[in-house]
Amino acid sequence: MFFRVLISVFLASLLGWSGTSFGVGKFMTLKMSTTTSTENSGLLDVLLPEFTKKTGIRIMVFAKGTGAAIHDGMEGNVDLIFVHAKKREEEFVAKGYGAYRLEVMYNDFVLVGPSSDPAGIRGLKDVAEAFKRIALKKALFISRGDQSGTHIKEQEIWRKTGVRLKERSVVIFKGGRKKAIPLTHPEGLGEWYLSIGQGMGKTLTFAEEKRAYTLTDRGTYLKFKFGRAIGLALEILCQGDPRLHNPYGVIPLNPNRFPHVKFAQAERFARWLVSPQGQGIIGSYKIAGRQVFFPAHPFSASMGR
Amino acid sequence: MEFFFDSLASAFSLLASLDPELYFIIYVSLKVSLSSTLLASMVGIPAGFLISLNQFPGRRALITVLNSLMALPTVVVGLTVYAFISRRGPLGTLELLYTQTAMVIGQVILILPIVTSLTIAAVTRVDDLYRKTAMTLGAGTFQTWMAIFREARFGIVAAVIASFGRVIAEIGISMMLGGNAKGYTRTMTTAMALEYDKGEFVLSVALGLVLLLISLAVNAGLNRIQGSAGL
Repeated sequence: MFFRVLISVFLASLLGWSGTSFGVGKFMTLKMSTTTSTENSGLLDVLLPEFTKKTGIRIMVFAKGTGAAIHDGMEGNVDLIFVHAKKREEEFVAKGYGAYRLEVMYNDFVLVGPSSDPAGIRGLKDVAEAFKRIALKKALFISRGDQSGTHIKEQEIWRKTGVRLKERSVVIFKGGRKKAIPLTHPEGLGEWYLSIGQGMGKTLTFAEEKRAYTLTDRGTYLKFKFGRAIGLALEILCQGDPRLHNPYGVIPLNPNRFPHVKFAQAERFARWLVSPQGQGIIGSYKIAGRQVFFPAHPFSASMGR
Repeated sequence: MEFFFDSLASAFSLLASLDPELYFIIYVSLKVSLSSTLLASMVGIPAGFLISLNQFPGRRALITVLNSLMALPTVVVGLTVYAFISRRGPLGTLELLYTQTAMVIGQVILILPIVTSLTIAAVTRVDDLYRKTAMTLGAGTFQTWMAIFREARFGIVAAVIASFGRVIAEIGISMMLGGNAKGYTRTMTTAMALEYDKGEFVLSVALGLVLLLISLAVNAGLNRIQGSAGL
């Protein structure tokens, strides 16, 4: 008896298979890989429904580190990517994976740490100097260590500090050929410098528990500090260095290289992001009254209002 | 402790609020996990019977391999399947990556060794006299199998329960092959990971409690089959 009930439940679950798939019905669906910061900050939750309302195109979002999102694009698994690592994005377009890059918005990275500030960096403008002091004090520093946009920026800053670095490279095989993935970190890995290979949110939580310094994008930090019941105990200790500028770009995949992508729709979304409406939504998105992202084309945003 | 009670209260208010997003996440989890459990059982249980009721060269080695595959890490399955179904992989044109079907494929690979191994264990425990008696009474292969199935029922359902438990709770495959897309491939475990990533611990634990409640309900159902004779 119960066996029969069970079998019917199983069968029902299989029958339900075809009915509810995404994109069936009146909606056209695009696939987009993006970074955890755009999804975790809550921006996409206000941005995407507006686009769907206007065009009937739905966007399926896969949020991961910038490295993994770009990889998705190189494999042709999505229709467009929306990430923040300008150099790698330009490379992505130059090598023919992407059609073109549009700069959508920016925010900035901030160096956060415990209020006790053992390395004495509070109020420093020069982020390389702040990194240097942390290294000299051997104050605990948590690195994303995942080749995300934030991690790439962190490695860039370490190279500017003048402290002794270790340049490691992990050798992997790609297309049958050897390829080195470079990894830069100061001496002291595993002692005061911890590379944890996690997303931004997990890294902030880790740094808070360990009372450590870490580099974060402002959006995720604000969300953790003001967007939830118990705010993060870490404070912004260094900000405003031009090196901490953090631009986000959108890239539709190149239809010549990937004929299967829905290029026209991806292009429509990319252009909408930089249109007055898209820019206006980005500019007015706030967490606890604080602006998180700044539109790259504020002129068009103000025209839209 | 306050954190725990907050989570508990949130879990119930989430369920009571009939939030469509939450119910869709639960629906996707159940649909994917039940489908993969069913498919793996349909292959694994007969395979277990074949292996335990027949003698052939390499049988012991096969059983050893199956037993060790029970410890297969989800990320290994996820990565391997990803390599095959990614657009540039050999099966890329099927457009399977980041779909529920991809998750089912990965999960079936994950639990097939579990169903098969545990079925072998259950069938082997049944006294050979049952098989011989059934055959002397004139039962064909199928009827003999059914006779053994009735005897080994408890262990076989346990195999199905263990497999279901493994897939409903796994995250590696769902994340890598499903991609955690909202309203499509977001399951309870990937949603929990996301909420944790966002720093929403209370919501994460609340989802975990919902997951436990559902597993409890499903297992309670399966448990009654173990006890009942009415097949």
